[in-house]
Amino acid sequence: MFVIERRAERSALFRFVSPALAVLTALVCGALFLKVSGFDPLAVYGGMWRGAFGDAYGLSETIVKAIPIALCALGIAVAFRMNLWNIGAEGQLYAGAAAAAWVALSFPGAPAAFVLPAMTAAGMSAGALWALLAAVPRAWVGANEILTTLMLNYTAVFLSEYLIHGPWKDPAGFNFPLSPAFSEAARLPAFGDTRIHAGLIFALAAAAALTVALRKTKWGYELRLVGASPAVATYAGVGIARHVLVAMAVGGALAGLAGMTEVSAITGRLQYGLSPGYGYSAIIVAWLAKLSPAGILAMAFLFGGLLVGGYAVQFIGVPAAAVNMLQGAMLFFWLAAEFLGRYRVALRGRPREVR
Amino acid sequence: MQPPLVEMRGIRKAFPGVVANDGASLELRAGEVHALLGENGAGKTTLMNVLAGLYRPDAGEVLIGGRAVEIRSPGRAIALGIGMVHQRFKLVPGFTVAENVTLGMKEPRFVFHPRSIEDSIGAFARDRGLPVDPRARIRQLSVGEQQRVEIVKALWRGAGILIMDEPTAVLTPREVRELFGVMNRMAAEGKAVVFITHKLSEVMEIADRVTVMRHGRRAATVEKAGTSPVELATLMMGRGHKAPACDVHAGQPGPVVLEALDLEAEGDRGERALRGLTLEIRAGEILGIAGVAGNGQRELAEAIAGLRRVTAGSIRVGGTDVTNAGPARAIDAGVGYIPEDRLGTGLAAGMSVAENLIMKAYRGAELSTGPFLRRGRTVEWSRRLAERFRIKTPSLDTPVSSLSGGNAQRVLLARETASRPKLIVAAHPTRGLDVAATDHIRAILREQRRAGSAVLLISGDLDEIMALSDRIAVLYEGEILGTFPCAGADLERIGLMMGGVRTSGPAREGTTVPSCMRRHGRLRTK
Repeated sequence: MFVIERRAERSALFRFVSPALAVLTALVCGALFLKVSGFDPLAVYGGMWRGAFGDAYGLSETIVKAIPIALCALGIAVAFRMNLWNIGAEGQLYAGAAAAAWVALSFPGAPAAFVLPAMTAAGMSAGALWALLAAVPRAWVGANEILTTLMLNYTAVFLSEYLIHGPWKDPAGFNFPLSPAFSEAARLPAFGDTRIHAGLIFALAAAAALTVALRKTKWGYELRLVGASPAVATYAGVGIARHVLVAMAVGGALAGLAGMTEVSAITGRLQYGLSPGYGYSAIIVAWLAKLSPAGILAMAFLFGGLLVGGYAVQFIGVPAAAVNMLQGAMLFFWLAAEFLGRYRVALRGRPREVR
Repeated sequence: MQPPLVEMRGIRKAFPGVVANDGASLELRAGEVHALLGENGAGKTTLMNVLAGLYRPDAGEVLIGGRAVEIRSPGRAIALGIGMVHQRFKLVPGFTVAENVTLGMKEPRFVFHPRSIEDSIGAFARDRGLPVDPRARIRQLSVGEQQRVEIVKALWRGAGILIMDEPTAVLTPREVRELFGVMNRMAAEGKAVVFITHKLSEVMEIADRVTVMRHGRRAATVEKAGTSPVELATLMMGRGHKAPACDVHAGQPGPVVLEALDLEAEGDRGERALRGLTLEIRAGEILGIAGVAGNGQRELAEAIAGLRRVTAGSIRVGGTDVTNAGPARAIDAGVGYIPEDRLGTGLAAGMSVAENLIMKAYRGAELSTGPFLRRGRTVEWSRRLAERFRIKTPSLDTPVSSLSGGNAQRVLLARETASRPKLIVAAHPTRGLDVAATDHIRAILREQRRAGSAVLLISGDLDEIMALSDRIAVLYEGEILGTFPCAGADLERIGLMMGGVRTSGPAREGTTVPSCMRRHGRLRTK
């Protein structure tokens, strides 16, 4: 019979290699799936690679997709560090987008110097508030944040759909679910001819700020302490509730910022299907990056490429769901790799005590 | 002579970092209620888990009816007639009573809730004084009822040896009485009942024989009729026989540091754990709390450290009121706390030695400026502490979980004493440590006293209390029954008080046992 035993020590090399291993294994599994579906896996992967990284346009689009993923992942990674499962980045992104849109639509004539900062502030606050809707019950009555953040995702998506089908619908929009277009002043500037926008700077700044905050501040230390053991943190006089609120609010604010940059820089209006699941991809990105801010930037770039490459190969008939499947497979194999890093599967002889 | 029903010899069971049993032995006779008495951590539950097939011992043997057996699994234990009611019940909440009772058994093939099975389980339980509705779902039942289901489950499987792990902890006084009735009845039927506890009054009420465990092995087995709460208490806590080398130190005690007045607090299960407790400790003084585990020690320590709410009374440390002020304010007021549960409460096992060493000091100006930690200073701080307290670790970045027990405890003491606390609460500071580490930890506590700290020492070891304390306070059921200077302390009287005897008279026998609750004319099978 097989038994599962805890490893005495985790191999340092394996810890480093496991995300790469997960990505590779997922690609191999994806290849099998593509083969069975009648595609040439190498042609498909080649097409994806060229689409995402092959030319300046592909690269720029990859970065455009990576921006919201990175912002969301940076935010939820803060909560993940204290074992708080904020999987509500998607909803927090929509809340931020709706709030930013509200500012843009309410002050159509205002100058950029007012409206852009106001949209940023509104987007971040709305995202943070949306996260606090789950964080407050978690902090004080222990309501499971996995369920509440997940459910709030649907609420936020449907709320913004209500707004664009109802009160904010563009009268000149031929009945499409769109808000009116924002004024030029409410559009975030882009770099050159690309769609890469100032959100990139936000993401880089957020990563840098979090790196410093997590490594060098008392807050970062307390976060690690709460993550390591809430009982020990309480004993050391660290308030758990306060940290739950702060970690969730930071995550919500960054996801809300992602929502703001999407409406302001990319769509220029609040519209249907704003996010193809950036908030969910962010969960996978955060874990594959082992919650490190720099790693998140790299992984977000990879996942941005996956999305862009996925669009590129839809022209040869590969279903869009293939990309989702690859993402899911990567998380699955990463979890498996982490498990095998911690435990070993052994044949049962004299079992060692697992405690 | 007939061999004992169960005989356990030389049982050893070690877990990483802890030896739970070392040469433990036990004999059970048919038709007796056998109390297994000991402090928390004395190895009672481990020994019984070996008997119930949950642990395989590293050494030693088990004989049933004189024949050596190997109990490889709980299934084998059940086949041998051994049943155990664990502290945490092993029931499926969504299943009915009957489903839980028959779960995992080959007979009957229980698919469609046949009424006959349910009815016979109901009747079976009623006959044994354990009335439960066999059709009720577990989650609908009270804790007391769930315990009955556990007992029925064991008996239905034909248990002739029933182990009950601290069964009274979760019960109301009335349920305790009912449970004792059931235990007597089982003994009268010729079964052996093992009753794990650390409550002396219950032992005196229900047991026929008592095995006292200490430090993972048997301290003694005595007939209830020939013993007293006093003897049991001293057996549990060690004899305190070494003429106490009360190291009365030269300095005069300073001003009062800890002032606890009329404290009332609830335990984890809502029981009244502290009942009007009052004590004070002066600077430069160690006050030892003598008492059998479970009389409010943990609650007292946690209340002072700000980790448990008190429902009445007040706590002042160095003149500052810290009653229900929370752990951060207690730390600020100068309370250092060495908790009983080192790696669950006191140390973050997965974090490094350095990160653990700065846990209480990182907020201060020495280690931080504004929101930032000063990296150089924190490294220097932990390096100095590791050196001063001779912490053996490969590096300061090593996780505490890979240190030995003694070194982990040094990390804890180093941190708690580093900021020169006014008061140190030390709960079981040397439990489970080797001799060298024990001596070192005690030296650290004495050093703190010399430096002017007040120390509240909680220990399950009377010898340790004698070795360290200037004064000894006896804690019984959440109250201090008396306080004595260590020098010239009357051990007899301390023993009496630990057993709950309030007066110093010669009252020895059955003082805590209401006569109405004593057993009458019970059938013995032998």
